[in-house]
Amino acid sequence: MAKTGMTKTMDQYFDDLRGTRVWRSIFRSGTGSSTLKRALAIQQNVFLHLFSTKVRVRMLSFSATWYLGTLTLGTFLLLVATGIPLMLYYHPSAPQAYSDTKDLQFVVSSGLFLRNLHRWSAHAMVFLVFAHMFKVFYRGAYRTPREFNWVIGVILLLITLLLSYTGYLLPWDQLAYWAITVGSNIASAVPLIGDKIHFLLLGGNAVNANALLRFYVLHCMILPLTAMFFIAIHFWRIRKDGGLYAHSSEPAVVRANAADNASVASRKEGQ
Amino acid sequence: MADSKDFTAGVDSNAKKSPRRVVFITRRTSAQVKAETEDQIQTFPEVLFRAAVAIMTLAVALVWISLLFNAPLEGLADPSHTPNPAKAPWYFLGLQEMLHYFPPVVAGVLVPGLVVMALIVIPYFKVNVEAEGLFLKNREKRLRIFYAVAGGLSLFLLLFKSRLYNYVLGINGEAEPLYAGLVPTLIISGLMILASRSSPQSPSAFRRYLAARPLSYWVMTWFLFELVVLTAIGTFFRGPGWSWVWPWQGS
Repeated sequence: MAKTGMTKTMDQYFDDLRGTRVWRSIFRSGTGSSTLKRALAIQQNVFLHLFSTKVRVRMLSFSATWYLGTLTLGTFLLLVATGIPLMLYYHPSAPQAYSDTKDLQFVVSSGLFLRNLHRWSAHAMVFLVFAHMFKVFYRGAYRTPREFNWVIGVILLLITLLLSYTGYLLPWDQLAYWAITVGSNIASAVPLIGDKIHFLLLGGNAVNANALLRFYVLHCMILPLTAMFFIAIHFWRIRKDGGLYAHSSEPAVVRANAADNASVASRKEGQ
Repeated sequence: MADSKDFTAGVDSNAKKSPRRVVFITRRTSAQVKAETEDQIQTFPEVLFRAAVAIMTLAVALVWISLLFNAPLEGLADPSHTPNPAKAPWYFLGLQEMLHYFPPVVAGVLVPGLVVMALIVIPYFKVNVEAEGLFLKNREKRLRIFYAVAGGLSLFLLLFKSRLYNYVLGINGEAEPLYAGLVPTLIISGLMILASRSSPQSPSAFRRYLAARPLSYWVMTWFLFELVVLTAIGTFFRGPGWSWVWPWQGS
């Protein structure tokens, strides 16, 4: 009994907080847990309004999505949160970049932890993006009207790979240098314009200080912004396309089932 | 012809004067049907809470990994000293493995380009949207096409860079058949043959499942299988000069 009393006061506190002038001036939606107020909490928030106000209960079960999209977003948030502090200790110039990475490893407080978390989250994100893509495919969730959201997903997969690839060079150690050398040489294989692409990517004919600066700008500025742009569209399209895909809830399937039921019913009447 | 109508169509926005509204439904359109009556839940706060728990669980797992395992850091970049083997990040090792067999324009440009194109067009093909079992319609014709494609691909993977291939083309060098490509192809082809001999009425649940798989399922599963095998080989089984090593042999 004491416990329920406690929970109630916690709720009460939260409700009081949501009722204050300051809170309301920031979040627009006020107190109350009515369906309307809950819908407004989503609709009236610039970030949350990308999502639907309601979700099918069935889609919350772990087996429906394995939460792969949510987890991918989680890794992206972790990468932004660890990436910004890492930028404070890093100069994108050779060979300074390497000594900065060494400092992160041995001198900066929690620098080692920050770098570890950034690196393992990056690997996790690449893995999760692939897993998310295959899960969506096997559920058939690319069907009309979600075709274009699938295409945006493919674009996000490529951006993720590019983000991870450009980040790989930044420590400026042997591993980074030769991985990027191997990878960028593939660009030279493009017919006719391969060498030009290679030169444009690296700012030279080989991986050098120019390449480091280019990869740094791509990694910390251009690609994250592009990713956020497409992530926003990706989420917004889920809402506009009718929420998370549930096969048996699709209009075509519902109509087919209704027709089946009707024919079964008419046969029964005939008997 | 028809009886004269007791109304006339006109434009009037004054609801007090003309309160009646008539809806014209033209051909091929129908009134919106409420498609579902499924239980729904409010995103705020239930769904957001679950998403937050999922993300936090992941964060805790990654923090533990970061506390236990350090990110690799080797010596300063040195253009004059090439490590052997020089490996790309793990998600590109499938590509690098292919580069070992095929010229760069094929393995590095053509194949990845085609994969990306194929991924983009998936939802725009009617077969993928209808997703009917591959061998349930036009069985004979589809089986012939399947045997031709799978047989041709398997034969190519069996012979390419094999001893026979080297002998015929007069190449002096060690034969390196593409077993990594061949084995998944054969396994998937075997399952497809089993699917062609299964029906949706089969007593075995597994065979009912196989019979209902559409073409896109088979292509994607083959792709996933090859991707995993090639990436695993590139990551764990390749040593100096991209030669085959066992993971326990070290470098």
